[in-house]
Amino acid sequence: MTKILNSVLACATIMAGAILASSSVAQAQGKVKALASFSILGDMVARVGGDLVEVTTIVGPNSDTHVYEPKPSDAVALTGTQIFFVNGLGFEGWMERLIGSTSFKGETVIASTGVKSRTMLEDGVEETDPHAWQSLSNGLVYVKNIADGLCKVDQVDCANFRKNAEIYSAEISALDAEVKAKIAAVPAQKRKVITTHDAFGYFSAAYGVAFMAPEGISTESEASAADVAKLIEQIKSQNVSALFVENMSDPRLLEQIGRETGVKIGGKLYADALSEKNENAATYLDMFKNNISLLAPAMVGS
Amino acid sequence: MTAFEFLISPFADYAFMRRALAGACILSISAGPVGVFLMLRRMSLMGDAMAHAILPGAAIGFLFAGLAILPMTFGGLAAGLLVALGAGAVSRLTTQYEDASLAAFYLISLALGVLLISLKGSSIDLMHVLFGTVLALNDDALVLIGSIASITVVGLAIMWRPLFAECLDPVFLRSVSRTGPIAHFMFLMLVVLNLVGGFQALGTLLAVGLMMLPAAAARFWARDLEPMCLVAILIAVASSYAGLVISFHWSLASGPSIILTAGVIYLASLLFAPRGILASQFKPTHHRTA
Repeated sequence: MTKILNSVLACATIMAGAILASSSVAQAQGKVKALASFSILGDMVARVGGDLVEVTTIVGPNSDTHVYEPKPSDAVALTGTQIFFVNGLGFEGWMERLIGSTSFKGETVIASTGVKSRTMLEDGVEETDPHAWQSLSNGLVYVKNIADGLCKVDQVDCANFRKNAEIYSAEISALDAEVKAKIAAVPAQKRKVITTHDAFGYFSAAYGVAFMAPEGISTESEASAADVAKLIEQIKSQNVSALFVENMSDPRLLEQIGRETGVKIGGKLYADALSEKNENAATYLDMFKNNISLLAPAMVGS
Repeated sequence: MTAFEFLISPFADYAFMRRALAGACILSISAGPVGVFLMLRRMSLMGDAMAHAILPGAAIGFLFAGLAILPMTFGGLAAGLLVALGAGAVSRLTTQYEDASLAAFYLISLALGVLLISLKGSSIDLMHVLFGTVLALNDDALVLIGSIASITVVGLAIMWRPLFAECLDPVFLRSVSRTGPIAHFMFLMLVVLNLVGGFQALGTLLAVGLMMLPAAAARFWARDLEPMCLVAILIAVASSYAGLVISFHWSLASGPSIILTAGVIYLASLLFAPRGILASQFKPTHHRTA
């Protein structure tokens, strides 16, 4: 009996070694070791993976993934990882260097696969806009990709992942409907928002809100006096009442514009990163709830 | 477009333009003379070193108070002072020149700053947050620049003679007076104050640019110290105004517009000023006759 069992095990090990090297590790250690490139994705993976997955996030809350410099500890984390989740669409510019330098053999999942990508103007050049998670229907695509990825490395628990994904997707869809309803309550001509960073292209397309982010205010480049003057005119002539800063940028220029136009700054929107646990945007869904609860009243104005 | 619309309207119509002009002009008054002294002491590159040297202070401010600008500025000021005074002390106590000791100190400081930021595991471009822009001068920033300018003007007036003597002949000053080192350290403090305040309010480029380019240009116009400082201030103020007008009408980034204007004035001075290249080439040279 033990002989048969042994040979079966041996067979399985060889097969696993050939096809599913990582899954045998997974079963041996109990939990799937997953790594996510940034906080929002990390939260989504944690939701889909539940108790069966141990998620580590490279770029933490309130940190800027665009300018992140990988550290040796990240490379170490990657070596012990079975599955690496990235956003893709050019969001993590450092990601290929990191994978290249660590001889990472595990599964890499690009969470935005299948999302209809948009382009944005960055310093006059058309670039792919990576902030796809800012539309909740794209969030559903992310969840599906995450579940597929986890199933690849841990087939045994696949049904669990699918079930978690289903519950999570239902929550996302419900929030999506809620966001749409809240925006529908805002008069169409008032659906205009000014913010520091053009991370809301997908949000804008999905929910029909116009976001204006003057060039230079967000990025490395500097604003010109003409840009700022134009924006002030725009706010005055179109009666824009929603002015927002983002969680990781210098608010002073926007505050200046607020003073000059008499528009109050409506609060902090979260775009590229979650907040710390004790703030009100600690998960993907909370981030969206925070943003919409600030945006809707500000657009209506007082 | 009338001349009024071109030259005055941008400032009449927009408060942010008035604030930008006021901020740049006030900084010009204090940074101009400081730049002249720096240049005469062959420490023209100090501004750039300082922009890196303040990092650990800003990082400590950030670690304790989060992304708040005031603690980061005070931290930066402290780090900048330590580096400047340390470098100054080394150059006084040893044979090492001040540029070498400054390089050593600012590199230590920069590395420490990067290390501190990495400790938190955070990757925010701190300097990007700390360094302001001329278009976003709030009341705090204007008060800050105003106070710094007042302190600088008074400080320079008090230390004028020893500073002046030391620029010309430090050995002579040492032989007749013991005020040399004191004046030097006071001066270094003024430099750091101007630079860090300038970084916070206007950004690195403007803070260093308004300090050094007008001073370098003024050298071609004047021989004596007082007129040189005056010319430097005038050039800085003129560049600020012209740069803002250019930035407004041609949609160009404001900081670079102001500094490029100062750069053009520098190049023109280099060529055409009384002590510039052309004048010195074609001036009849009088040989001493026996």
